[in-house]
Amino acid sequence: MITWIVRRLFQSAFVVLAMTIIVFVGVHVIGNPVDILISPEADQAERARIIANFGLDQPLWRQYAYFLGGALQGDLGRSFVFNEPALKLIAQRMPATLELAVTAVLFSTIFGVPLGLYAGLKPDGFWGRTIMAGSILGFSLPSFWVGLMLIMVFAVQLGVLPSTGRGTTETLFGVPWSFLTWDGLRHMLMPALNLSLFNISLVLRLTRAGVRETLPMDYIKFARAKGLSPSRVIFVHVLKNIMIPVVTVLGLELGSTIAFAVVTESVFAWPGMGKLIIDSINVLDRPVIVAYLMMIVMLFIAINLVVDILYMILDPRVRLGGKS
Amino acid sequence: MKVGMRVLAGLAMLFAAHGTRAQESRLGIASSAPVTSIDPHYHTFTPNDSMAAHIYDRLVGRDATGKLIPGLAVSWKIRDERTWEFKLRDTKFHDGTPFVAEDVAYTLNRVPRVKNSPASYAIYTKAVISTEIVDAHTILLRTEGPWPLLATDLTYIAILPHHLGADPATEDFNSGKNAIGTGPYRFLSFKPGDRVELERNDAYWGAAPAWKNVTYRIIGNDAARTAALLAGDVGIIEFVPPNDLPSLRANKNIRLAEVVSNRSIFLWLDHAHESATPFVTGPKGEILDKNPLKDHRVRLALSLAINRAAIVEHVMENAAIPTRQYLRPGSYSYVADLPPHPYQPDRAKELLAEAGFPNGLRVTLHGPNDRYVNDAKIIQAIAQMWARIGVQTTVEAMPWNAYVARAGKQEFSIFLFGWGVGSGEGLNPLRAQIATWNPARGLGTANRGRYSNPAVDALIDRGMGTMDDDAREKIIQRAMKLAMADVPVIQLHLQKNIWATRSNLIYEPRVDEGTLAMGVRPAK
Repeated sequence: MITWIVRRLFQSAFVVLAMTIIVFVGVHVIGNPVDILISPEADQAERARIIANFGLDQPLWRQYAYFLGGALQGDLGRSFVFNEPALKLIAQRMPATLELAVTAVLFSTIFGVPLGLYAGLKPDGFWGRTIMAGSILGFSLPSFWVGLMLIMVFAVQLGVLPSTGRGTTETLFGVPWSFLTWDGLRHMLMPALNLSLFNISLVLRLTRAGVRETLPMDYIKFARAKGLSPSRVIFVHVLKNIMIPVVTVLGLELGSTIAFAVVTESVFAWPGMGKLIIDSINVLDRPVIVAYLMMIVMLFIAINLVVDILYMILDPRVRLGGKS
Repeated sequence: MKVGMRVLAGLAMLFAAHGTRAQESRLGIASSAPVTSIDPHYHTFTPNDSMAAHIYDRLVGRDATGKLIPGLAVSWKIRDERTWEFKLRDTKFHDGTPFVAEDVAYTLNRVPRVKNSPASYAIYTKAVISTEIVDAHTILLRTEGPWPLLATDLTYIAILPHHLGADPATEDFNSGKNAIGTGPYRFLSFKPGDRVELERNDAYWGAAPAWKNVTYRIIGNDAARTAALLAGDVGIIEFVPPNDLPSLRANKNIRLAEVVSNRSIFLWLDHAHESATPFVTGPKGEILDKNPLKDHRVRLALSLAINRAAIVEHVMENAAIPTRQYLRPGSYSYVADLPPHPYQPDRAKELLAEAGFPNGLRVTLHGPNDRYVNDAKIIQAIAQMWARIGVQTTVEAMPWNAYVARAGKQEFSIFLFGWGVGSGEGLNPLRAQIATWNPARGLGTANRGRYSNPAVDALIDRGMGTMDDDAREKIIQRAMKLAMADVPVIQLHLQKNIWATRSNLIYEPRVDEGTLAMGVRPAK
């Protein structure tokens, strides 16, 4: 198991390395950040000064070597735009995205599992069919449109929720969080719901499929024959057994929700990492783009690693299979 | 079910009660682009300049129409061609230290020294080669040669107190430690990418602003910004997208404030290639032996074939006016007898035939799709208009970050650009856009088509050496008229700057695109 983890870590390091090269070359090919950032009124000498200051006059391989040297010492460079370390910028925005993503994943469990369970138990009933039809909307409606509709209805027409922004924050462990204040929660409700819509549908369908698959199984019939109450059969025998795929998917979805909350963040002006990366791409702020993508790659690697390890712990068959 | 409805209604009321707890004298502003720093000398960028105007003062200010007005300097005069004298105001910084001449000298010294600036304000201070403090409230600024634009340049330079010491760090402005100015608002907090909180400076020397607290929010998404205004979460938004104008005009809760800006949108033409230009060929795609855009008749034909009134009305929703020059009517050095080109497709066809292209041309028109208002739609409209005079036009729109580098390398033949005249006078576009590209002298810096006209260059030089405002204005006008008669660029329109406020507020629209809490007043 230890050798397996070490091997995984080595593979991951190569993935990160490859990613930095791709981003370096990619950003270089798109254009020159100086053209975008510089004052249109600046003269040619000023332009040359800024290019030299950012080291963009050096050949690409040398820029990359500088970057690698810094990265090995934990310095991923300073943002061209903000003149702050790229890592610090990302860390500043991370709590906003994290709490939004975690809330969204919570929502997808809270709404997805019960709805899926119901639809699985009563697949031919009116509500069962309605839930399934509704989940298609959750898959197919573009989230920027849904976000705007939510704003139009709840903020503009009804005026019950704030339209955009993060609201009042409260500091915990030196980090500002919205979920600790009433105002912050109200600001979070719509973006979190918007972000979770896809995941709700996903979890709902997974749960329903699981329930449909499990119900005809012998052990369920046996449990019923034993005379167990229907609720005990559903919540202990059915639900417990279908949770493993749901948890796996939720884990992975947490990763992609964190990494790709871009659309929701820009519609709701939520000051998270997604907005930072989009703004950075628009102005080709390479240090931030590289640092962000490195972080996301590592996040996915870590989540996959944890999921694999959990599998081994949870499922004896995987553990035994690994040994043989 | 009934209970459920009651719970829902109760919840809604609870939410609503919190939502409408409107505080008196608090203003929310939604800005379209992020403030990147509170350091006023770090990054020349309109949102940063807007923010700085709240916290800091400049020696010379600007009114809403762009006219120079006293700021921290109560008056200034030109002592001789190379010496300007500024009389300073008796006021205090936010921390109570008095404002003195030393602060001006300190600021001018600091501006070019800011570390890692991606776009330095030094371009506005480099004319000053030395300063001389006469007394606490008088300072002399010396320039190397005559520099008539010094007062104009100083409208960009926020004055800092000299007690910040040598090389104050940009980070310390963002944290608030160094964010000390003399302006109408004090800095409270900055959350990058989200908001800046400000509080009124009750000791301000000028007119007191109406709002005690200001929240300056960043909402980049156009639809979200409009929604925030409609929901009443902010009182004023900037850069109202033209497509929202018809519905906002009809909404009685919303008031619009608009003014014609000094930002013109135009097509650059390739003057750099003597032989074939990359994206213009004969009507059947045959390579031409010389660049047809070097022929005045072809340039004029392309301009006359554009129906500017139609673009303004249908593409821009009337959020623009047709133009043939860089400045808005009424500006200093605006040329009154240089009207927009009329729409004359028949004349355009004749001109093309005279130039040797009776069967027209085939061209590719390039432009950005995320930079100027409706940029991609404008070039699509032009492509259709050119097709009518036999110029088959392919449109290629791309993101700004990929577009701007290629445009700077003369890779395109005809391409859309905009130019905002920050100084509000004609030497700025003449020097940057029309003057021959000359790195040694810092001329033609934004001349992406590499247009060159020695007669115009000579007039620009004369203008730069003329300190008298009236005499200079006449020279600039002559230069602009001479240049534009040659069609170096095809001017299209001047954008309007548009703000929308709740109907209980009034905004005085600014030519310089600034969105200032000081300009927002409660409606009577």
